[in-house]
Amino acid sequence: MNTNRKITSTWLLWPALFMLVAFFLIPTLDILRASVYDPEFTTKHFVKLFGSNVYLEILWRTIRLSLIVSLICAVIAYPVSYFIVLRPRKQQIFFLFLVFIPLWMSVLIRSYAWMVVLGREGLINAIMIGLGFTDQPVKMLFTTGAVYIAMVQILLPIQIVTCYSAMSEIDFDLMRAARILGAKPWQAIRRVFLPLSLDGTVTGAIIVFMLSMGFFITPALVGGRKDIMMANLIEFQVNQLNWGFAAAISIVLLIATVISVFIIKRLAKTLTRRLVGGGSA
Amino acid sequence: MIERDVEFGASVTFDSVSKTYGAVKALSDFNLSIQRGEFVTLLGPSGSGKTTALNVLAGFADATEGDVRVNKKSILGLPPERRNIGMVFQNYSLFPHMNVFENVAFPLRLRKMSQAEIKKRVGDSLAMVQLAEFGDRMPNQLSGGQRQRVAFARAIVFEPSVLLMDEPLGALDLKLREAMQLEIKRYHKQLGCTILFVTHDQGEALALSDRIAVMGEGQIVQIDTPDRIYDEPNSKYVADFIGTTNIVDFERVSPSRVRFSDLDVEFELADSNKNWGEGRQSISLRPEKLHRDISPSDQMIIFDGSIEEYLFLGNIIQYSVKTKSGKTLLFQEHRGPSVPILARGETLKLAFSINDARPLDEGTHGSGLA
Repeated sequence: MNTNRKITSTWLLWPALFMLVAFFLIPTLDILRASVYDPEFTTKHFVKLFGSNVYLEILWRTIRLSLIVSLICAVIAYPVSYFIVLRPRKQQIFFLFLVFIPLWMSVLIRSYAWMVVLGREGLINAIMIGLGFTDQPVKMLFTTGAVYIAMVQILLPIQIVTCYSAMSEIDFDLMRAARILGAKPWQAIRRVFLPLSLDGTVTGAIIVFMLSMGFFITPALVGGRKDIMMANLIEFQVNQLNWGFAAAISIVLLIATVISVFIIKRLAKTLTRRLVGGGSA
Repeated sequence: MIERDVEFGASVTFDSVSKTYGAVKALSDFNLSIQRGEFVTLLGPSGSGKTTALNVLAGFADATEGDVRVNKKSILGLPPERRNIGMVFQNYSLFPHMNVFENVAFPLRLRKMSQAEIKKRVGDSLAMVQLAEFGDRMPNQLSGGQRQRVAFARAIVFEPSVLLMDEPLGALDLKLREAMQLEIKRYHKQLGCTILFVTHDQGEALALSDRIAVMGEGQIVQIDTPDRIYDEPNSKYVADFIGTTNIVDFERVSPSRVRFSDLDVEFELADSNKNWGEGRQSISLRPEKLHRDISPSDQMIIFDGSIEEYLFLGNIIQYSVKTKSGKTLLFQEHRGPSVPILARGETLKLAFSINDARPLDEGTHGSGLA
């Protein structure tokens, strides 16, 4: 009976497994192959990549930007999620609905929308000039700042939803237990709620980070000429039909993402342990 | 084993406490005095106000009116963390991200005790609940009963002035619940702490308490020792809630004569008993107070019935007996070699002493309250 059920339930995974192997694992291995066979075995693409300050700087910039974006998202999303989770059930659904609305529009459209808002003749400049704060339009579009604003706005709902779902699983009786045991309200939050919600926050931040690492439409549209990210580089090399080099960049991006995620997880673990650990509150 | 220089029990007084949520009166003019070291149980169905009383004492709910005092000092102005009250929650509420040691150490760390003191106290508390070796375990690695004990250790480790227990055994299975009842009794004896226990389980209340306060509609209907609550319920409500009982209607047909319409018998009251059941219309008659061995006396009321059904309860057999007027009564007797089991449909005569019949007030408001 029990084994029967096990055998039956394994079937449920097969479609997903097939998809993963056919459309993810095999192409990834193919890219790995393309990066070192061109057409014979060669390391020239990696040598070129690591031999150039330009490429390394773009790699570092991509990682830094992704880290900062996920950090900003986490900091903004945390209080928002806490606010939502404290509402009565019906209001929670309403607020989550509001959070979800932007996700209905494609990243492309939202990036274009930011061009309209931030441009020379855009909404913000029009308002500032109209109110007399400035008589010259301020340059906002095609700057690194614009990339941050647009990416945070685009990725924020994902962080909020992940963070909220972690918080909504916390038993609020734990806070009452903390209070009656002697914790002031902020101590109950710091010693109990924060450590318990940190996992969800980190998970959200990692998702946002990984998505950021692969962003290219948004930086291409609202960023300046210096705001090239790894993904833009890949697109450029593909357009130039430099398949081998594009593949090598992809592999480096993949490995950099994996290593970064590993480090973020490690840091989060240490942080949680320090929050939980001894010492007076 | 834990040795204590001072008893940490305190007295608790609820003085005319009311609590309203919108239009709903959760507590109305609630009065209760608990002596230091006493084990008092609030017993009642959900919505009777017992949890509200606990929350007002803990500081999770404000009293709309009245005062609550611990050791004769009002605590209503204090936030929960300054009341020095221990509490065991129904779902244990152990911190899932801390191991057993840290859970128990939590209140001590907040009180800024030294590392050595914390270690000693947590060790003592865990030893008392027989979990000395479990300090490194996480809550999710413990069984239900073990979690319960950790919750208890955490609630008493800082020597609170009073310990609150909110249906602490509700999530445990029957066997474990009975074992934990014995343990709680042992802890209470050992620590001498004041305990306010909340439950809807009358068996639990009877087993554990020094006194039971039966709650209904935000008030105490009757408060007394377990045996008196059981033997002398003051109202239909209490009689019905505690144990199993038969409610039998009666009326006065003359100043000295009552008629039990449900049993289809009349009874002449002795001169010494003229005031029996004055102003009441029903009695509580415990199933074990009915007898088949009839020795007629002027105290005995005898009636006819027939066996409808029986339940085998181990050492006890419980019969459903139909009276001539069609009322079904429960009747229990101990099994024994000289006590043959009655068959369905068998007719018999049953008797009870007038002294075992408790005249009852209607409704929830007992005569025991002034």
